[in-house]
Amino acid sequence: MAVKMSNVWTIKSIFLVIVIAIMALGGLQLFKHRHYMMPIVAGPGVAKVVKLSDYSRGLKGTMADTNVFFLEGKEEGGKMLIMANTHANEPSALLAALIFIENAEVEKGTLIIIPQFNQSASRNTRPGDGYPLYFEIPTEWGAKKIRMGNRDASPLDQWPDPDVYIHYPERQLLSFIDVRNTNRTWPGRANGPLMERVTHGAIEIMKQEKVDIAVDLHGAETMFPVTNCIVAPDKSVRIATMASLTVKAREGFDSHVEPSPSGFRGLSHREIGDHSDTLPFLLEAPIPFLDQPTGPKTVKLLLDGKDPFLLSLSRKGKLFVPYDETGWPMEKRVGQHCSVVLELLKQYSRKSPQREIEVRNVPRYAEVVKNGVGHYYHDPKKADKDKVYLN
Amino acid sequence: MPLVMIFYYAICVFIGAMLVWNFIREKKSLNDMLLYLLVLIPLVLRVLRIK
Repeated sequence: MAVKMSNVWTIKSIFLVIVIAIMALGGLQLFKHRHYMMPIVAGPGVAKVVKLSDYSRGLKGTMADTNVFFLEGKEEGGKMLIMANTHANEPSALLAALIFIENAEVEKGTLIIIPQFNQSASRNTRPGDGYPLYFEIPTEWGAKKIRMGNRDASPLDQWPDPDVYIHYPERQLLSFIDVRNTNRTWPGRANGPLMERVTHGAIEIMKQEKVDIAVDLHGAETMFPVTNCIVAPDKSVRIATMASLTVKAREGFDSHVEPSPSGFRGLSHREIGDHSDTLPFLLEAPIPFLDQPTGPKTVKLLLDGKDPFLLSLSRKGKLFVPYDETGWPMEKRVGQHCSVVLELLKQYSRKSPQREIEVRNVPRYAEVVKNGVGHYYHDPKKADKDKVYLN
Repeated sequence: MPLVMIFYYAICVFIGAMLVWNFIREKKSLNDMLLYLLVLIPLVLRVLRIK
């Protein structure tokens, strides 16, 4: 399209204003999302909060550094590490971890909780899939606003990606994108790519603090076979089976046991077991939001898990979880995580009474479903300032 | 920041500057003017470390 010489600068100016407006509107939202800090109110069990960079120096001063909450018991005992938001687009993990941090009282042993394990991914998003930047959990004191992240770390923090990610130390060839996926970079190394330094930090916590069990909380698509389950390697499978059977019998929900494949490297449930004395478990709760054949990726879908396309697929027997008009609400997913973690604690304590871990005041599945997730969060405005941590 | 990232940002600035220069020089085609600016968006957002 040609233009008259006399009008050139007028048209250029109009174009420039439009493009700057588009850039500012889009960019400002992304900038705010990346820098939004979510307050976490440390509950009665929290004895100290440190940084992951205290265990992996290469994280110091980077966006991947993250808070590590220590909930210490009145008596000595075993130690459990809980990691959430390994994949920051699976928020039931984070919500369950927050319930533990804000409410748990530890009688025996220690709980170590990393609520935003992949901190960089929690500040990333997936605009191509129309991901919401935030979601809100209703509470008695208002809405708790939480960043919706992405599966992988932000390329602003770790880039460029290789053509193929060569796993350390097994040298298995993985997808290029997995170099930013903290469930492929285990066991990590001190001077590796940023996400390897994150997993290295967690391995160092396990070694230095002599952690007995580690739980990595996740969510998985309803069309993916490894969903609604506990993934465990051979060394953890007995405890996982007992926990699975107990929650099924006593609480009425399914969380079956999946074996950790020995030939697929980089996953937490594989590498933690192979590179430390800690018993690893990975929990998956269904998350319809992540399924591909759904309607728009809205906050509503994220929270209630109701989707007509998945319902239709369910009737055709294509899903790996029971699914009806009630969807798969967040309360069920978070409740499952809480119950399974508590049950793993209980089963481990039975097996190793000298390393018992006893935790009180954390709701189980039925309570979370009945009261809602927000019931367990505290108002940061009313909490003591020294109890509020920004994450 | 690793050296390769510094190179990457330098390349972004260079290509961005070329696009701005071409936008300024373009006198005839409206399509090209608009395209120069649209292509510039991700480069600017990256250099500003926004996306």
